[in-house]
Amino acid sequence: MSRRKVAVVGAGMTKFMRRALETPKELAWLAAKSALDSAEMKLDQIDCVVLGSAPDAFDGLHMKGEYLSDGCGGWKKPYLRCYVGGGTGVYAVAQAWFQVASGLFDTALVVCEEKMSSCLPHPQAAFLTIFDHITEQPLKPNLLWIFALEQTRYMQTYGIALEDIARVSVKNKRNALGHPAAQLGADLTIKEVLASEVMAWPVHRLMVSPTSDGAAAVVLAAEETARRICDRPAWIQGVGWCLDTAYWTNRDLAYPEYVEKAAWMAYRTAGIREPRKEINIAEPYDPFAYKELHHLEGLQLAPKGQAPRLLADGVFERNGDLPVTPSGGLLGVGNPIAAAGLMKICELFWQLRGEAGTRQVPGKPERGVAQAWGDLMQVGTVVVMGTKEPA
Amino acid sequence: MKSEPEPNLVRGTPLHEKPLRQGKTFTITYTPKLRYEWDMGQAIGRYLAELKEGRLIARACRKCERVMIPPRMFCERCFRPTDEWVYLKDTGKIFTFSLCYVSWNVKRLKQPEVPAVIEIDGASPGMGILHVVKRIAPKKVRIGMAVQAVWKPKPERIGSVTDIAYWEPIKK
Amino acid sequence: MAQLPTKNEQRSWPGKIPLTSLYTVGTGGQIFFHALKTQGKLIGTRCNPCEQVYLPARSFCERCFAELTEQVEVKRTGRLVSYTISYVDHDGARLRRPTALGLVQLEGATTLILHYLLSVDDSTEVKIGCRVETVIKPKAKRIGSILDIEGFRVVS
Repeated sequence: MSRRKVAVVGAGMTKFMRRALETPKELAWLAAKSALDSAEMKLDQIDCVVLGSAPDAFDGLHMKGEYLSDGCGGWKKPYLRCYVGGGTGVYAVAQAWFQVASGLFDTALVVCEEKMSSCLPHPQAAFLTIFDHITEQPLKPNLLWIFALEQTRYMQTYGIALEDIARVSVKNKRNALGHPAAQLGADLTIKEVLASEVMAWPVHRLMVSPTSDGAAAVVLAAEETARRICDRPAWIQGVGWCLDTAYWTNRDLAYPEYVEKAAWMAYRTAGIREPRKEINIAEPYDPFAYKELHHLEGLQLAPKGQAPRLLADGVFERNGDLPVTPSGGLLGVGNPIAAAGLMKICELFWQLRGEAGTRQVPGKPERGVAQAWGDLMQVGTVVVMGTKEPA
Repeated sequence: MKSEPEPNLVRGTPLHEKPLRQGKTFTITYTPKLRYEWDMGQAIGRYLAELKEGRLIARACRKCERVMIPPRMFCERCFRPTDEWVYLKDTGKIFTFSLCYVSWNVKRLKQPEVPAVIEIDGASPGMGILHVVKRIAPKKVRIGMAVQAVWKPKPERIGSVTDIAYWEPIKK
Repeated sequence: MAQLPTKNEQRSWPGKIPLTSLYTVGTGGQIFFHALKTQGKLIGTRCNPCEQVYLPARSFCERCFAELTEQVEVKRTGRLVSYTISYVDHDGARLRRPTALGLVQLEGATTLILHYLLSVDDSTEVKIGCRVETVIKPKAKRIGSILDIEGFRVVS
């Protein structure tokens, strides 16, 4: 392989909030500046910029990528925007990885931003167009339908109890109490989660991540540049992504095949044969409590239908055998769509360097996987990072 | 090399309702005019025309041997044109469902709507469409339940998926 | 062959995307609009290393990424860098009265600002580079909007 090795050498983010005073551009700048400062770098040391941001409709800005460019440090630089719905945050890192691994650039700044509060009366309105405009929208659907339909199928196929789903909310919101940017850290019980109002059965309110405003950013660098800038770079060992059909009613929703395919693409490059044994931390995408379990199975970190049992056994707690979502995830930190995925990459960066404060996973983790998901229940995006340089 | 942002270094200014209402925070509200005429294409054009006649129609790909609904003029797996039209029954099985207490415009509902993916009889296994189920107590809905389309009277049908008003359990 | 719809049948599906957006003006914008509303002043922010004064005020410099805290009061007078006269609205329908727009560099700012060119129509002679003056609404009519500025008036 003649590709260059690429590492994450800096990370930063804004608070995740229900509504921010800052404009989308200012949010992007706060995160980007924070990432540059953490690597002690100046903007002119950045060779290219990758922006990830989900539908223009949330911020209400047509050509959002162009608008955000100067807040992302893209002024007069090679700049590109990538977008795969909720999968964007992790995919943006894969996109930037190509730019640097190709040898074209030595450094890249990756920024992800979302300002969902702009959307009235509720960001849900911007999601309506996810349904087919001719064969589905006339039914006046609610976005919750799709997730609830998938959750029902998942639970029924494997005989999963609602308590097991609720346990994810408890774990992640508790983990988020240690995150300085968190919007919804809380100490809850399973009972309290199940007592929250039913949105679309079997989805309860406390199983749904909030809509948020926020931004996150990371700095990537190649080989000698990375070693020079950073005492302990977090090397990108593999990237993967995969899209399933948009005909979501023609698929079995019980298992995310697209996550499995994306995961193996990343694992192959990383030389991983037994993911469950070779990965020390997982940050799967958790916009809904059941999705974390769903994704863990797609990531090959639990056998099909078994993730709930492993969670109940304590395997996925911070001090468990395989810590999952030590950041607090979307359920606890917040869900500004694209920025949420990148937040998980930031978390792996801090965890691998032993800098995650009260969220730190014990035992000097060496390798982690971050995964995001989105579009019409379609895309899996995966990045594997580790302390060891790729071969 | 600096380390993880300390709490006071994580920036962002949460905005609360009060300064917004008091006009202390300047804002602009805008509603663009977003009106569309979406071309249906051959497959959906025929699909809707058949719905108006009280029928469900699918397309078949001879190569992968799938009978697909909603119909499409090319097979997305084989990447070749689909071969023929196939009429389906207007019965099916519930593939998955939900009980939704929030309407499309984010209002709380007392009685839940029951959206479902319904596998249509005559199409390939797992070929479903999104629709709504009625005339059953929400607690009694089950995956695998046999359901029947309930059509609007002919004069009310316009060539839309709502020409089927809803699906109901098949009475034994 | 698929049966194509006849003239009487539907070929397209009409629809709307219902979307309303609420934009905050941001931390930079708060400085600009607060000064405009309460004092009728035009405030920009300065980046010394890049030799820029951004109007309206911005919280960061796009060139060097520095945080900008130095405020500058920009003069109401400046020069016309470009202009146009529009005869159609955004649906393409003819305007009853054409709208003139000017791109102006006000004294003290390095950026350009767009607004209406007042009392200008296609019979008026406008020269690029001519002197203009910002017309600001009386305090009672100002709400903290870019329309607190009426537009630019050509100064003979």
